[in-house]
Amino acid sequence: MTPLLEVSGVSHSYHTMEGETKALSHITFSIDKGEFVAIVGPSGCGKTTLLTLLDGLAVPETGSILLNGRPVTEAHGRIGYMFQRDHLLEWRTILENVSLGLEIQKRLTPQARQELSRMLDAYGLGEFSSSRPSELSGGMRQRAALIRTLALKPDLLLLDEPFSALDYQTRLTVCDDISSIIRQSGRTAVLVTHDLSEAISAADRILVLSPRPGTVRAEITLDFSGENSPIRRRNMPQFSAYFNLVWKELKTQ
Amino acid sequence: MKLFPIRRPEQSPAQSAYLERERFRRQKNAVLRVMILVLILALWELGALTGAVDDFIFSSPSRIAGCFWSMAGNGSIFFHTGVTLWETAVSFFFTTALGLLLAILLWASPEASEILEPYLVILNSLPKSALAPLLIVWLGANLRTIVVAAVSVAVFGSVMTLYTSFSRTDPELIRLIRSFGGGRKDVLFKILLPASVPVIINSMKVSIGLCLVGVIIGEFLAADAGLGYLIIYGQQTFAMDEVVMSIVILCVISALFYKGISLLERRAGRLAGKPAR
Repeated sequence: MTPLLEVSGVSHSYHTMEGETKALSHITFSIDKGEFVAIVGPSGCGKTTLLTLLDGLAVPETGSILLNGRPVTEAHGRIGYMFQRDHLLEWRTILENVSLGLEIQKRLTPQARQELSRMLDAYGLGEFSSSRPSELSGGMRQRAALIRTLALKPDLLLLDEPFSALDYQTRLTVCDDISSIIRQSGRTAVLVTHDLSEAISAADRILVLSPRPGTVRAEITLDFSGENSPIRRRNMPQFSAYFNLVWKELKTQ
Repeated sequence: MKLFPIRRPEQSPAQSAYLERERFRRQKNAVLRVMILVLILALWELGALTGAVDDFIFSSPSRIAGCFWSMAGNGSIFFHTGVTLWETAVSFFFTTALGLLLAILLWASPEASEILEPYLVILNSLPKSALAPLLIVWLGANLRTIVVAAVSVAVFGSVMTLYTSFSRTDPELIRLIRSFGGGRKDVLFKILLPASVPVIINSMKVSIGLCLVGVIIGEFLAADAGLGYLIIYGQQTFAMDEVVMSIVILCVISALFYKGISLLERRAGRLAGKPAR
């Protein structure tokens, strides 16, 4: 089976008048369909750069990134992106917000609209479909942002620390919520985070990046004997073992 | 939303006391505001009556009222005010449209905006009244000159305000649109314009005032009607009552314009789902 996403030998640097900054060096990994992969690393390890490249918004200086065997730069609309902040537009209702992507791709048919309403119902936002984003709690807003992304049925979901703007308690529930939605819908997802426990609780596999220039230092496959709920995973004995393992990988110089 | 809702049973005494204090404060300020005007008018009139103020040069409230009354009788004051209002409205329309268009073009081409920036800065800080004599020669002493003068006074500031706001749009919002496969047109219509509504209205507030300035400058130099013309004509014939009355009418007009845009702002605020202030 060919992997869904194939990253091989990717290096990238930034150029400013002051000089060159090497952000990533020789990154190679692949992700299969339906996998949930977390990427962790110290701050400034080039996580954001990696996401920009995976999203096809920039072309790596060397190496290649293929989605379904084709360069990601040609895959616009096939990749869903979730930001730290939900970026719901205040001048639109929740229903109008979640239809933004379909509207831009001119796929907002009456059926699509019905489907969106069904999704809002399914994820507990049905009664808020004509509310403004400011009337929703942080967790509900992040759920709406996920629906906006999932509405496009993306092949790959990129999650850029999507919970870090929430307070701790909300964060746990939203993480639980969102990862269960992602798993139910069978999506492939890449979660980038600096929160180790979040990565371990949600993912199937963890890639540990080194400080700048970022390289893949370790790849850890997680085995929670089939348990996918982040909150339940946190109580399992494996959890702290994995935590120590990832922590050690991050710490070694 | 009412500012002071009717007292509800669950309201605590402390809350009622607070509302009472707040209501008193607002009423007091409103009364003081009016009293300042009354005081100035009374002192002015008194000065004119006792001869402390030469009312031939400084006019007086009663002379202004009399002048207004006689000019209202033959309708000429409404004609001049109407001309100025019409010229300001036309200039305001062109300023807003042109300002928005140029700001969008500058945003659409970062290269052009970088190259053109010093020219914009110079044009913005150039005293536009200096252009007026030139415009008369080019365009003749007519409505066109007045409108062009007014637009030139207001448009550059408007372009720069709008462009600055456009270029400060959260890059993540642009990225959001791009991740949906949207292009620049989508960014413009889905993000930039709706997000800039408050800034657009703010810049309208500034430009309506500047348009009035430009129209009066234009009327000083190239008109046979309008309040600016009335001021110059009154000054030349030493009819100071006419001059001061025109200025009073200009005060009223600018207050009304400001109020009009504020109403628009509240409306837009409601549309954007924010409670109107």
